[in-house]
Amino acid sequence: MTNNKENINSAEVKKELLKQYPPKVARKRDKQIVLIKSKNEKTEEIQANVRTIPGIITQRGCCYAGCKGVVLGPTRDIVNLTHGPIGCGFYSWLTRRNQTMPDGPDDENYMTYCFSTDMQEEEIIFGGEKKLKKAIEEIHELLNPKAIGIFSTCPVGLIGDDVHAVAREMSEKTGINIFGFSCEGYKGVSQSSGHHIANNQLFKHIVGLDDTVKGSSKYRINLLGEYNIGGDAFELDRIFKALDIDLVSTFSGNSSYDQFANSHTADLNLVMCHRSINYLADMMKIKFGIPWFKINFIGAEATAKSLRKIGKYFGDADFRKKIEDFIKKEMEEVEKVRVEMEAKCRGRLAMIFVGGSRAHHYQELFKELGMETVGAGYEFAHRDDYEGRRVLPNIQADADSRNIEELTIEKDPGRYNPRITDEKMKMLESEGLTFSEYEGMMQEMTNGSWAIDDISQYETEKMIELYKPAVFCAGIKEKYIVQKMGIPMKQLHSYDYGGPYAGFNGAINFYREIDRMINTEIWKHIEAPWKKRPELHAKYVFAS
Amino acid sequence: MLLRHTPKEIKERTAITINPAKTCQPIGAMYASLGIHGCLPHSHGSQGCCAYHRSTLTRHYKEPVMAATSSFTEGASVFGGQANLVQAINNIFTVYNPDIIAVHTTCLSETIGDDIPQIVAKAMTDGKIPDGKYVIHANTPSYAGSHVTGFGSMVKAMVDYFSENTAGKREVYNLIPGYVEPSDMEEVKRLANEMKIDSIMFPDTSGILNGPQTGRFEMFPEGGVSINDLKLTGDSAATIALGKLSSEPAARALDTKCKVPYKLLDIPIGFLATDRLIMAMQDLAGTTVPYSIELERGRMMDMITDMQQYLHGKRVALSADPDQLIPLVEFLISIGMDPVHIVTGTPGKKTEKRLRELTSGMKSEANIKVGANADLFLLHQWIKNDPVDLLIGNTYLKYIARDEDISMVRFGFPILDRVGHSYFPTVGYRGGMRLIEMILNALLDAKDRKSPDESFELVM
Ligand code: SF4
Ligand code: SF4
Repeated sequence: MTNNKENINSAEVKKELLKQYPPKVARKRDKQIVLIKSKNEKTEEIQANVRTIPGIITQRGCCYAGCKGVVLGPTRDIVNLTHGPIGCGFYSWLTRRNQTMPDGPDDENYMTYCFSTDMQEEEIIFGGEKKLKKAIEEIHELLNPKAIGIFSTCPVGLIGDDVHAVAREMSEKTGINIFGFSCEGYKGVSQSSGHHIANNQLFKHIVGLDDTVKGSSKYRINLLGEYNIGGDAFELDRIFKALDIDLVSTFSGNSSYDQFANSHTADLNLVMCHRSINYLADMMKIKFGIPWFKINFIGAEATAKSLRKIGKYFGDADFRKKIEDFIKKEMEEVEKVRVEMEAKCRGRLAMIFVGGSRAHHYQELFKELGMETVGAGYEFAHRDDYEGRRVLPNIQADADSRNIEELTIEKDPGRYNPRITDEKMKMLESEGLTFSEYEGMMQEMTNGSWAIDDISQYETEKMIELYKPAVFCAGIKEKYIVQKMGIPMKQLHSYDYGGPYAGFNGAINFYREIDRMINTEIWKHIEAPWKKRPELHAKYVFAS
Repeated sequence: MLLRHTPKEIKERTAITINPAKTCQPIGAMYASLGIHGCLPHSHGSQGCCAYHRSTLTRHYKEPVMAATSSFTEGASVFGGQANLVQAINNIFTVYNPDIIAVHTTCLSETIGDDIPQIVAKAMTDGKIPDGKYVIHANTPSYAGSHVTGFGSMVKAMVDYFSENTAGKREVYNLIPGYVEPSDMEEVKRLANEMKIDSIMFPDTSGILNGPQTGRFEMFPEGGVSINDLKLTGDSAATIALGKLSSEPAARALDTKCKVPYKLLDIPIGFLATDRLIMAMQDLAGTTVPYSIELERGRMMDMITDMQQYLHGKRVALSADPDQLIPLVEFLISIGMDPVHIVTGTPGKKTEKRLRELTSGMKSEANIKVGANADLFLLHQWIKNDPVDLLIGNTYLKYIARDEDISMVRFGFPILDRVGHSYFPTVGYRGGMRLIEMILNALLDAKDRKSPDESFELVM
C-alpha cells in the first residue's frame, strides 16, 4: 500500500499549513502545530487551551456544551434544566449518544427529555430568575426528581441572574437537591472550562453525600472520564463483572445520582479521559485519600495493560492470576480478528483530530491494525494532555482560565483514608505504576508525525491533501467535508452511531469497522466510467 | 419506556418547556445564508452556537455545512464584539475567500447590543473587505421567534442589502421558497419552468445541501442564488412568497424598496396549496397550464382515489413549523384524514387562527397549541388521552412513536435518522404523491404487522 508519509518533507508541511493565513494568525497557529521528533531529539512544546481565532473555522464548541453536554449529560436521573433561550437546550438534546440503562422500568431516566426555560425578551430585560423558579416548581410538581441541575447559557451571566441563589432557595422550598452551573458559553476558550465547572459542582453538591459501603467485592473502583458512547460502558461492565471488580461509580457514562453520592467509598479512581475529569480525581484524592492513575480501555493491548495495573494495585496473587487468565481468554478471539484485519489495513495512514483524549487513545487501535497515526490533535485539551502532567508547573494561567473557579480542597476530617500506605505507593511506583500522572499523547507518537491543537478547517484540508490518509477521524461537522474529498471519515464523538469500541469486544468492532471503511469498494466507483474515456472516441455504429 | 415520566394528566405549565417543538433563530439564518452562492455564514457570538448549528444542519443534510464564528470569550462579552468581528472578517476573506459573508447575531451579541452595521462599516474603513466582496447581516436573537423567523430575517436581509431598481422591469418573477428542503426548492423551480416562467429563486440551497459525491470538496459549491440575481430581484415583475413567516418579510421589503408587488401563498404542500401556486403563476405570467402539470395533478388524484379507504378517518398528531403546518393540515383534511393534535413552538397568533379555521369542520375540535409551552411533551400527553393512528413530524417524535407504538412519518426539521428529504420533495403534486406514499407505507406496514393471521391481506 502506498504511504505518503515517506515522501513528504516536513518543513514544507508546516509552510503549506500556514501560508494562507494573515501574519498574526500564522504566528499563533505556528505554536499550535508541532512536529514530533525522534526520541533523542527534543520535540518543541505545543501551545494549547488558548483562544480560538475569530473567523478561523474551528471544531470547538462552548463551555455549556462541555458542562451540560459532556460531563452531566450522561447521568440519567438528574433533571438537566437549561436556563436560557431555546437553542442551547435543543441542540444538546440526545445528540451525544450516551447510552443508559436504568435498573428497572420505573426508575428515573430523564435522558430523553430536554428541559428549558425558553427565555424570552421580557426575561432578558427584566431578569429570568422568576421564570427559573417557576420552572423548577413545575418540574418538581410534575416529575418530583431527586435532583435538578441548572445550566446557564450565555445571556444568563450578562443579565445577572444568580442561578446559585435560586438553586439554594428552591432546594429549601422543595427539599430536593438543586445546584447551579455558571457555564455560560463564553467562559474559557472551549468545552474545557465547562468540564472544570461540572467537576467542581459535582464535587461540591453530590460526591460524599452517602457513606454506605455497598457491594461485596474487595476491589472497589470508580471509573472517571468514561461517557458510555455507543455502549462502551456496558462492555467495560462485562469485564469488571467477570473479574469481580465493583464499579462504585462512573463519571459519568451510564451513571446515576446515587452512584455519585457514594463514589467516595471506592478505593481507587481510574482516569480514562484525563482532560474532562482530572479535577475530580485530584479533589477526591485530597479530600478522601483515593489514589488515581491513568488507564485506557481503548485498544485490546491497552485494555489488558490497564487491567494489569488494577491487579497490581490491589495486589493479591489470586486476583492477578484471574486477570491474566481473563486477558488470555479474551485475547484469543481478539487476535483472530486482529490478524485478519491487520493484513488488510497494515501500512495505511490515519489522522485523528478530536476531543480531549480520544486523539490519543484511538492511536492504540490503529497501531494494533498496523496503521500509523500521522497527525493527531485535540479540540479542547491542554498542554498536559499533549506533553504529560510534568509540564503542569510551567503552564501559566491566562485571563481565560483564571475565570474558572479553582476549589480549595482539604482533607475530610472524618472520612479521609489514604487507602494504601506511602511505602506501598513508593513500591508500586518503583515497579512502574505511577499515580496522579499522565504521560500525554505526544510521547507515543512516531517521529515525523504531527500534533496539531485545535486544527482548523483549512489545515484539515491541507493535511488531507498532503498525506492522503486512509481514514480521518473527527466529529460531525468535519464528517462530510472529509468524505467529499474521497477519504473515509470516522466520527469519534458519536462513533457514527456504531460501537462499542472500548474493551476487548470494542477492539474487535473497531478493527472490522476500519476495514469496512477503508476497503469498501464504493470509493472506486465515485468517478463516472465515461469520465475515464478519452475525450473523443469513435461512435459505435449498430449493424443493420 | 423512553418517555416514562410523561404523565397522562395534563397540568398547565407557564415556565418550563419540555421537549421543544422549535429551535433558535440563528440556525434558520445560517441555513438561508447557505442559499447564496459563494456565501460563508458567520455567527456573531460565542463559538458554541455556531458549533451547534453546524452540527444540527450537518446531521440533517449529511453534507458539509460551512460557517465561521466570532468566538467570543468573556472579554468580548463584557466589552463588545467589535474587535472579534473585524478580525473575523479579515481572516475569512484572506483564508476562505467567499464572495460574501452573511452575519447573524446570537443571544449573546444581542444581549450585549453589538451594532453590526457599525462594526461592518469599521471593517470597511479599515480596509478589511476586499473590493467586490460583501458583508450583510440579520439580527436573530433567539429570545424571540424561532428558527423560522431567523430564516425569514436573513432572507429579508438579502433584499435590504442587494435588491435594486436598475434597467426597468423585466418579465421575471421572484420566488421565495420558504424554509424548505433543497429538494423542495428544486421542485418549485421546476414547476415555474414547466409554467414557462423566468424566475429568480432566493435563497436557493439546492446543489449546496444536496450536492454530489465527486471526490472533491468545494467550500462554495455550484448552486445558490448569485449576488447579481439578488440585485436583479428589484427589477422583477412580481414576487411569489411561499410561507408567511419565512418569506413574507422579504417580499414585503422588496415591495417597499423596489415596488415589486408580491403574492403571499402557502408552501405548496398538498394539491390545494399547489393548485393555488399554479394558478397564481398563471395569473401573474399569463401563461397556460401545460399538459405535463395536468398529468402530474391527475396522477396524484388517481393515487388518492385509489387508496382513499386507508386514509379516511385516520387520526393524526403532528408537529411542524407554521409555514408547513398550515398547508399540511389542509392537505390531510383534503384526503379525509383527521389532524387531531397539533403543536408548533414557533409563536404566532395568526398561525393558530388559521389552524383553527382549517380544522373547524372536523368531527370534534382539534387540540392546537402554538408558541410558548407548545412542545412535544404536551403533544404526547394529548396522545395518551386521545390516541392517534399516525404521527407526522421531526425525528424527535420517534420516542413517542416507540413508546405508544404509533406509525410515524418523518417530516420537517430536523430529520436526523433517515435520508431522502434533501433529494425528494414533498411540495407540488409530485411531492404530494411522495407524502401520500410515505403515509400509506407507514399505515399499511402497521396494518400488516398488527392484523391477526386470519385477516392478513395479500392485496391492499
Ligand atoms: S444562545 Fe441563543 S443563539 Fe446560541 S444556541 Fe442558544 S438560543 Fe441559539
Ligand atoms: S449561547 Fe452560549 S451557551 Fe448557548 S450554545 Fe451559544 S455559546 Fe453555548
